[in-house]
Parts: sequence; C-alpha cells; structure tokens
Amino acid sequence: MHALLEPWSHPFMQRALLELLFVGVVGAVLGCWIVLYELAYSAESLAHALFPGLVAAALLGLPLLLGAAGGVLGAAAAIALTTRLPGIGRDVAVAIVVTTLFGLGVLLALTPSSPPGLDGLLFGDLLGVTRGDLAASGALAALCLAALAALHRPLLATGFDRGSAPSLGARPLLVDLALLALVAAAIVVGVQGLGNLLVLAALIGPAATARLLVRRVPRMMLLATVVAVVCALGGLYLSYYADVAAGAAVAGSTVGVYLVLALGRLRPWRLSASRG
Amino acid sequence: MQVSVQDLAASYGGPVVLSDVTFDVEEGERIGVLGPNGGGKSTLFRVLLGELRPLRGSFQRPFRLGFVPQTERSRLDYPVSALDVALMGTLSRLAWWRPVGRRERRAALAALERVGLTALADEQFGELSGGQRQRVLVARALVQDAPVLLLDEPFSGVDRTSADLLERLLDDLAAEGRGLLLATHDLEQARRFDRVLCLNRRQIAFGPPEETLTRAVLEETYGGEIVALPGAAAAVLPPHHHEHD
Repeated sequence: MHALLEPWSHPFMQRALLELLFVGVVGAVLGCWIVLYELAYSAESLAHALFPGLVAAALLGLPLLLGAAGGVLGAAAAIALTTRLPGIGRDVAVAIVVTTLFGLGVLLALTPSSPPGLDGLLFGDLLGVTRGDLAASGALAALCLAALAALHRPLLATGFDRGSAPSLGARPLLVDLALLALVAAAIVVGVQGLGNLLVLAALIGPAATARLLVRRVPRMMLLATVVAVVCALGGLYLSYYADVAAGAAVAGSTVGVYLVLALGRLRPWRLSASRG
Repeated sequence: MQVSVQDLAASYGGPVVLSDVTFDVEEGERIGVLGPNGGGKSTLFRVLLGELRPLRGSFQRPFRLGFVPQTERSRLDYPVSALDVALMGTLSRLAWWRPVGRRERRAALAALERVGLTALADEQFGELSGGQRQRVLVARALVQDAPVLLLDEPFSGVDRTSADLLERLLDDLAAEGRGLLLATHDLEQARRFDRVLCLNRRQIAFGPPEETLTRAVLEETYGGEIVALPGAAAAVLPPHHHEHD
C-alpha cells in the first residue's frame, strides 16, 4: 500500500497527474472524433506543423494558444500556396510543408542562443509542470470540453453522413474547422506535459482502444477517459519506480494497451480467413 | 403550393448538367422524379436542399426540408444506434449546441414507432437490414417534421416487407399534407404517384403519370436504356436499373 501511495506524496507527482488528467480527458473525448473522422494522421501533421508557432510564442513570451493559432494559420497558408506550385500534388505539398515547419520549429527551439527549457515543448517535461502551467492547461481543457459538449450533435451527424448533414442543419465545413481548432487547443493543453511529439498518444491511443471495444459514441468517450486515466497512473508509477522518462512512459503505456487489445482481437481463424 | 421551381438550370462549375426545370409540388402530393443515372435527379435535390446554387432560374421551398438519402451514403461502421440516427433529425428543431432532452427523445421514439422499428431502437444502425436502415432514415426525416420530404431512391436495395411498409408510410405522410419528391427507377411504382417529373440533363416532361409516361417520353428520358417486354404495355428498364432486393 505504501508503494502505491508514496509517489503521490511528492507535489511534482501530484502536478504531473493533474496535468495528465487534463490532457487525458480532453484527449479521450476529442480523440473519439479524431478516430471516427479518420483524422489521426492529419492531427499528427497538424501538431508538427504548428510547432514553430509554439516556439515563437514561447520566445516572445506570448500565450502558447496564440502561437498554436498562428502556427495553424501559417501552415494552412503554406499548404495552400505550395499546392499551387506546378507539378506538386496535394499530399506532397502537405508533406513538404509539415516537415519544413517542424524542422524550423526544432531549429528555433534547439539553437544554443535560445533560452533553456524550449526543448520541453518538443518532448514535454511532465515532472517539471508548474502551478501556472496547470492553471493554464486546466482552463483550456475546461473550454475544450465545453466546446466538445456543445458540438456533440453536429459532430455526430456530420461524421455519420457528410452529404446529408446540411439538410439536417449541420455545416460540415464549420464542423471541420471547429475540430481543427480543438485539436490545436488540445495540443496546447498537453504540450507542457507530454511535448509536441508525444501529445498525439493522448489524443489517439485511448480513443482507438475504446473504438475496439464499444459501439456507441458516449460509451466510447467514457471508456477512452478510463483508459487515459489508468495509463496516466500506470505511466507515472512506471516512471517513478523504473526511473524512466515520465512522458514517454505514459505515452508508451497508452499505445501498449491499444496494441495488446488489438492483437488480442486477431484470432488465428481470422488470419487464415483473410489469407484465403 | 409547397415547392415551386421556375426554369432552373444547374452546373458544377463546368457544363450545364440540368436545365429547363419547371414544376411545383402541391400540399400532400407525391411526385416521382425519374431519369437515368447522371440524369440530374441528385443535382435537382442538391439545389433544392441549398447545397448547390442554381445557374439560373428560381425556386421557392419551405424553410425546413426533410431529406432521406440512400442508406449506402451513411457509414455502416459508425457507432450509432437507430435511435441516435433518428435523434439527428432534432438538429433542425433544437439549437445545435443544446443537448437533446426528453421531448426530443420522445419524438425520435415516436418516429421509430411509425416506421415499425421500436423494438430495434437500440440496435447498431449498421447491423440493420437495408430496408430497416432506410426506415430509420425516414424516421429521422419525420423527427425534422418538415412539410416537404425529398427521398433519394428510397426503395433501392430494400426488402419486400420494408418496401411495402415504406410505401404505406409515404401514402400516410402525403395524406397528412406533406409534399413528397421521390427519385426512383421503378416505373410501375411511379405510375402510382400523383405526378411524375422526367429528367435527362433537362426536363423531358412533368404531369400525371397516365398522361406523361408515354413511350416517347420514356425513350427520351432513358435513351437507349429502355426496352419493352413482349406483351407488356409498360416499358421496362434493364435489370441493372431495377431495385435490387
């Protein structure tokens, strides 16, 4: 019992857990839409593309959310411009822009003249989360959840049948833009703790796991939240006792749970049937 | 008059895909929209639904328009029940940001009861038969409570039981005063509607079926795709255009 409670006697572990709960709950609920809209790869590209915006905001002392918004708009404009270049298809344009922007962000963050701590935006610093970070990500998480609750019905109808959604009163373009903005905001919620690279695990892992097990959207959101919380606890215990990086341990356990369940669903007869 | 269309033409930015369309829908009228694939049925619906701006012409329609798409357009792997789908109809009645309450739930359950699916309300939409799915989509349109319904080939891929039930239901809806526009490939069924609209990239004819569905009109509507069975008075379409049940 002592071993179970001991980690939580440290304030830095309490703060890490709280930060993971914020990003975990938002990631679980939003992640269900990312998975159902088949936007997992787009979400990852978005996270990378807005990275220079985050770094620029940190360098200028501006709110990270502002940086994320600027990063998303900059990336969208760059993709739109690159697509116009002759001989470049849309997928190539996206790949060029995303890798270029991510490289630019890393360059800015890891330059010797940059102030220390910016590399935390890349890999996160879960155990170094401050009270101020917590207040900011908690407030943003609450806003994201309120927006997700308000958008639930248009999101459900648009994902079900984009073609007939307008006749019901939903506007697919606005729904897509709202989803994009929420992904950018969720990345900001989790970036201090998990970093730009690992935050995607919180956005996709629990929802993908829940998708394997349940077949109603609200139940999927509930189960994804449970998975996120369990993985947050598991990852922090692992980090505390095995002395491994906390963010990586949490992201690893999230993906690990998904892999175990997904592999468990692969039955030998299914494999032989697919071969036949 | 519930819908009125005057000299409508439409395109998707390129060549004109539909032109010279003039018709109206009276209260409680069932109008069959006939034409080959690519003949302009879906384009007409998209214009009426406000998804496509007409190239020229004008139309009047009620603010609320119910649309029943083909079930193939919805995602069968989507994690929703029949009741969830019926509840989507509340989007046009209840502000999008508000959660559904008891009243909406009652309306959705009543709509499912009307299409004979009360017992399957909690079933996964994708696991229902084609006919049952089509009835769920009609229930969704009923929840919208629209005075005019557009139905895109509602009998396509539907089993006999569901087709009979659907046809009776549509008759009831018309009797309540709702105008129905039904895209269909089934000529025999179209003969039972009040009026038919024949399209083949332009309006070929519009009027009561007994006067309108002449061999000349059908040939112009369907071009070479029309055949006549020996001894049959009606022209019949090749098998690939029939409902596949």
